[in-house]
Amino acid sequence: MSNIITSEDLCLWYSETQALKGISMEIPENSITALIGPSGCGKSTFLKTLNRMNDLVQGVKITGTVKYQGQDIFAPSVDVNLLRRDIGMVFQKPNPFPMSVYDNVAYGPRTHGIRSKARLDEIVEQSLRGAAIWDELKDRLKKSALGLSGGQQQRLCIARALAVGPKVLLMDEPTSALDPISTARIEELAEELKKQYTIVIVTHNMQQAVRISDKTAFFLLGELIEYDDTEKLFSMPQNKKTEDYITGRFG
Amino acid sequence: MSKEKYPLRRKLYGGTMHALMYFSVFVTCALVLAIIGYVLIKGLPNITWKLLSTKPSYLSNSIGILPDILNTIYIIIACLVVVLPLGVGAAIYLTEYAENKKLVGVIEYAAETLSGIPSVIYGLVGMLFFCQFLGFQTSLLAGALTLVIMNLPTVMRTTQESLKAVPQSYREGAFGLGAGKWRVIYTVVLPSCVDGIVTGCILAMGRILGESAALLFTAGFAHALNGFFDGLTSAGATLTVALYVYAKEEGEFEVAFAIAAILMVLTLLINLTAQFTGKFFKKRRDT
Repeated sequence: MSNIITSEDLCLWYSETQALKGISMEIPENSITALIGPSGCGKSTFLKTLNRMNDLVQGVKITGTVKYQGQDIFAPSVDVNLLRRDIGMVFQKPNPFPMSVYDNVAYGPRTHGIRSKARLDEIVEQSLRGAAIWDELKDRLKKSALGLSGGQQQRLCIARALAVGPKVLLMDEPTSALDPISTARIEELAEELKKQYTIVIVTHNMQQAVRISDKTAFFLLGELIEYDDTEKLFSMPQNKKTEDYITGRFG
Repeated sequence: MSKEKYPLRRKLYGGTMHALMYFSVFVTCALVLAIIGYVLIKGLPNITWKLLSTKPSYLSNSIGILPDILNTIYIIIACLVVVLPLGVGAAIYLTEYAENKKLVGVIEYAAETLSGIPSVIYGLVGMLFFCQFLGFQTSLLAGALTLVIMNLPTVMRTTQESLKAVPQSYREGAFGLGAGKWRVIYTVVLPSCVDGIVTGCILAMGRILGESAALLFTAGFAHALNGFFDGLTSAGATLTVALYVYAKEEGEFEVAFAIAAILMVLTLLINLTAQFTGKFFKKRRDT
């Protein structure tokens, strides 16, 4: 399996505070990689660096490299909007736009220049099917997305991210605001999606990491402590700190 | 519970305060209702179709306020056409683009101070700058531009507040899909706060409608009937200025009260519209 994203010695500062300390890791294609660790350990920051969402934060300084398909994402020649089309994002809290279901999903394709109604219809249906929510929403495409339940909103957001045709999906604790049934749906969906996409997911829930991920990275205080196959990392962690964390001794 | 009796002193104290507050409410309501009632009773009977549809004539010795109505409309249109793009544009820059938060703070503070300055000062400055320095003479255009300066801070601040109320997660979501800055603003941020902008704009209309001091200096007192563009370049009284002129200089109190009643009804309508638009946009978003 080839690696789609590689980071080398990635350091990141928010003004004076260093949030990431020399992160080097490789993310294999068509797999689910889970990032775990206690709050404030840098896992979300790392995730947001991968599609440069951290550009939106003031006073961020980054050293080291992140390569996506061999291309340095910080190179001046990289169009950040195209990068984010390839590396989509699903946020912690479902954040549908205050528009209709249809317009939410069509937002990305329209942004990237697709105008044809027929083509948009097709993309909207495909994406909603991809996010396993077509049957629930096909009769209310014109209704406001804000009227959906939290779980539906989050799957709509996944559909919205799929609509631009990404290669990688970054998920920032996508189930932390959802009930157990919606969570199970999203986990199942993630396993389905990895056939076509590469998924990097931040989670606070270690069972979730065990259930769905192929590889797991354990972050602590801005450092990558351990990164291995999920099964291995949870059954025989190499590092004492990892062991303490996954056995619930802290965090 | 203790068997001790609730002290009479406390009871008295509570009762007195209660009564005092009732009294305040009564006085406040009575004052407002009295003014509204007085103006409407004195004014409404004097509103005739002839008054509304003609201009003053010395030949037939009649008074009509059609020119003043038109002047008011012209000034509102001219002022909004300039103040909206400027105010909304400045607000978008300050909230979405500006990086230097300290400078933004200073500008916001300055804008708030500006909106508290008595309008007569704007009139004085407008007269010296627009009428004399820029050579617009006493004209509706000079008046409208003076009102632009006066309303700019408020339009900017209300727009800024509604922009800030748009959840950051909307912006993140749109950026995450690869939308550029302007596209995010234009397609996600502005539609989510258009009600705030429209409400601000309607309230600005209300202030323009009610302004007199600044216009006395800059727009003049004429009652000539003009088209829009001719009207802008010539002097003209708006309804509020006309009210002042008819009451203070010509002693035509019936006309003055008629204008007052019209202004009050218009103000009421504007406030209702502002409320209604807010609700309308909210409803449209949620369904």
